[in-house]
Amino acid sequence: MHRSTYLVSKLAWAAFTILFVIVLNFFLFRILPGDPARAGVRDPRLTAEAQTAIRERFGLDKPVINCFASLNPLEPGDCAVNPLDTQFFIYAGNLLRGEFGISYHTNRPVVEVLGERLWNTLLLIGAGQILAIVLGMALGILAAWKAHTPVDYGALGFSLLAWSLPTFWLGIILLFWGSAYLGLPVGGKYTPGIDYANSWEQFADLARHLILPSLTYTIVFLGEYMLIMRSSLVDVLAEDYILTAKAKGLNHFQILKDHALKNAMLPMVTIIALNLGFTVAGAVQIESVFSWPGLGGAIYEAVNRRDYPMLQGAFLLLAVSVIIANLIAELLYSYLDPRVGRVNQS
Amino acid sequence: MEQATGGYRGVWRRLRRNPIGMIGLTMLVTAIVVALLAPWLSPYDPNAVSRVTIMDVYQPPSPEHWLGADDAGRDVLTNFLYGARVSLTVGFFASFIAVAIGGLLGLTAGFLGGRTEGVLMRFTDIMLVIPDLPLAVVIVALTKPSLTNIILVIGLLGWTSTARLVRAQTLSVKQRKFVLRARAIGAGNRYIMRRHIFPLVLPLLVVNTVLVISLAILNESTLSFLGLGDPATLSWGQMLNYAFTRGAMSAGAWWALIPPGFGIVWVVLACTLLGQGLEQALNPRLLTHHLAADRTLTALRRLPPDPAPSSEGIT
Amino acid sequence: MSHEVKNRSPLLAVNHLSVDYVDPPHPPAAALREITFTLQRGEALGIVGESGCGKSTLMLALMRLLPAAGRIVAGSVRLDGVELLDLDEQTMAALRWKRIAMIFQGAMNALNPVRTVGEQIAEAIRLHEGVGDRRVLARRVGELLDLVGIAANRRDQYPFQYSGGMRQRAMIAMALACSPDIVIADEPTTALDVMIQAQILQLLADLRRQLQLSILLVTHDLGIVAELCDRVLVMYGGVMAEYADADTIYNSPAHPYTQALLRAFPDPTRPAQKLAAIPGAPPRLNDLPPGCRFAPRCPYVFARCHMAAPPVYAITPTHSAGCFLVANPQGGAA
Repeated sequence: MHRSTYLVSKLAWAAFTILFVIVLNFFLFRILPGDPARAGVRDPRLTAEAQTAIRERFGLDKPVINCFASLNPLEPGDCAVNPLDTQFFIYAGNLLRGEFGISYHTNRPVVEVLGERLWNTLLLIGAGQILAIVLGMALGILAAWKAHTPVDYGALGFSLLAWSLPTFWLGIILLFWGSAYLGLPVGGKYTPGIDYANSWEQFADLARHLILPSLTYTIVFLGEYMLIMRSSLVDVLAEDYILTAKAKGLNHFQILKDHALKNAMLPMVTIIALNLGFTVAGAVQIESVFSWPGLGGAIYEAVNRRDYPMLQGAFLLLAVSVIIANLIAELLYSYLDPRVGRVNQS
Repeated sequence: MEQATGGYRGVWRRLRRNPIGMIGLTMLVTAIVVALLAPWLSPYDPNAVSRVTIMDVYQPPSPEHWLGADDAGRDVLTNFLYGARVSLTVGFFASFIAVAIGGLLGLTAGFLGGRTEGVLMRFTDIMLVIPDLPLAVVIVALTKPSLTNIILVIGLLGWTSTARLVRAQTLSVKQRKFVLRARAIGAGNRYIMRRHIFPLVLPLLVVNTVLVISLAILNESTLSFLGLGDPATLSWGQMLNYAFTRGAMSAGAWWALIPPGFGIVWVVLACTLLGQGLEQALNPRLLTHHLAADRTLTALRRLPPDPAPSSEGIT
Repeated sequence: MSHEVKNRSPLLAVNHLSVDYVDPPHPPAAALREITFTLQRGEALGIVGESGCGKSTLMLALMRLLPAAGRIVAGSVRLDGVELLDLDEQTMAALRWKRIAMIFQGAMNALNPVRTVGEQIAEAIRLHEGVGDRRVLARRVGELLDLVGIAANRRDQYPFQYSGGMRQRAMIAMALACSPDIVIADEPTTALDVMIQAQILQLLADLRRQLQLSILLVTHDLGIVAELCDRVLVMYGGVMAEYADADTIYNSPAHPYTQALLRAFPDPTRPAQKLAAIPGAPPRLNDLPPGCRFAPRCPYVFARCHMAAPPVYAITPTHSAGCFLVANPQGGAA
């Protein structure tokens, strides 16, 4: 396959997956008991005007999709309607315009709330993930280099334990400990009711709030990245070309740097990409424990408040983010591995 | 794999010599025994309606309550022991569903190939990318939270990695000589699959099941913690949900927070270690580590200085 | 040792080299015992034997590149009179590739798949000669590729973009990068088809003449040895079976194992000859027979062979064999 064909096919596949998620997201919320879209219109928390607005905007009087008035197959609908004049296409059209509905809880447009929260999640994941990747890889390299020595066994034991910790529980324990003994804040992004003298003070407050959640994140993912890095590097170090490098007179440091790491990074990138779902799951748990105003926290709050538009929007945004991150990882892989998308001449 | 490594007996022999695997197995068996013996081990009846006063709430550990009391004045040790039942049940049933679906899809895709494989694996790829936990949260939130629903959701969403693994293994087994030979003499698809391919995929499936169990238990505890657990049963995740949302943090009641988490870590760690040990026992690879510490010369007996240039022919 | 070169000290002298593989709690396995040979400047020595006879272990031991379980338990390896087993690791590393380079079998795996061929060749020059200038390196790499018959403009390609024969050529170019004194070629033509095999052997022969290379050629194929080597060391089960010049090995082999090997290998001068496989299998290192390691498969075996391992007897000054059958009264063996 040619390189550009490869890129195009990856892009097309990501687009198709996003489409699938949109369809899934629509039907999940229509199929499952409770039919929140309809029930939601009668939610007492919404004003009468908001209810009318929702009904119109989502075309809730229209059939769900061609031939189906609702998703009850026993209740066939009109197949002759204009397909674009059905709930599904109205929903899709709304999404294109960035209309995700109105939060029952805050009465604000979902997209507005999620927009703010996306950045908070990226901030948290970014801080935790970068630390986890850097530390996890360093530990993994050390363990692989010193494989089957006490150093390796220690690192391995620590990582397996870290991997087995439920994220939310580790968060609870760290929160318990950090707030009681280190005087760290118990949650949120900023201390409420403070007027900051300058932006430096504001940043310091943010940093204090970020310590425990990102530490939780780091510990949980550190173990996983260490395990992946170790096993993939141990495989690479058994390859013939490492022996070649040694026969060439390179020392261990040069061999690791020039011949082992890039090769070991390849499976690492793939697995990080495949595990992006865990990253998101981690965000949901950590943000719930630390009341961090991110997308994951939004899911937790929406569940407990039965705020379906928020839940639907947050899920869609999370899923799409993962798909895009996955796409980026695949492109990164093709950049790292010269064999992808080049003609094999042998 | 089976022939090369001496069959199941060989696997068991290697597992017994694998400390990691044996620690995991022991831990898992202990957890199962505790769950089975919960009614005899528990100091209290979890269903007994007792009169609770405000003094009983978050009572610290004492001779009456070794692990203290929870937000409703119930004995934490009793809840902890019974919680093992819920967590393990969900873990086993959900992973059974997941592995059955994943195994079937993987076998079918790998064996039949062609368009069937394309469609099945494309579908698997999509499901692999959609984040499990948020989807599970959405589904459970929209349905009635019950143990059955949680098992179904975790099982129905947890099969993707199994499917990919089994497909890869099936593809490699399919090319083995005895499968090609069976096909050449006209054996049917179902026969080849049952008699030749499945037995060689099974060991991998067992390792995978152990790991899927740990994921299922983690997922159950997370869903319960997020408030989506079955209100009628008290799993470890549910215990943590109650403790966290009902003031254990501010009451400083660490005894309500530590035991359930410890239980989850115990079982998940057990499965992880057992999985690692099983994998090593099934697939004993002796990798040469080219950067291992150099001990080539540690046993060298030097020759006497200036040896005879040629000593051939002299004993 | 040959008469012509007796007054010159050999380039490489290996004496009584013995290697164990350790795997506690099992007793160590005797992978190599008492290997003794010399290599003169410009000479090609073939090291022949079935897989598992220890020939690859021998090559790795010379470079001090044995796997973690390998232990050199006795012996001496001298390069130009310098004892390699006395050097510290840093000095040894500086000497690798600079003085002894290696051509590995299976160049696909011996070349790093994610770095270009040019980078991998240039790396050796940069390391050992301190050349940092990109243009100088590119020119040197181009010359080396040209020497082995690869167009210089393919230096920026990756190993997977090369054909099997080209990869092996690139491997040879890499081995020549620092103009080493000795090139060890470990099964350089296995996994190549016959035509390519012939080309690679021709290339090695040409390079040897052109560059006055000393070559240690490790192979299981006596045919390859016949084309390239002056002298031959036949190994069996980690010990020396026979050591002589190539003519002697082919025309008057003394060791039963050499004779069996020759019968298993087609002789173009005797087209009607029947090929005979050697019955049995080579010994496993953890299960060596008590006496001669070849005894279980030897057609001429007698009682003594099962009791003691035969020493290496000198038949003539340039021909020796490890077999009781060749023991002569002057040899000193009881």
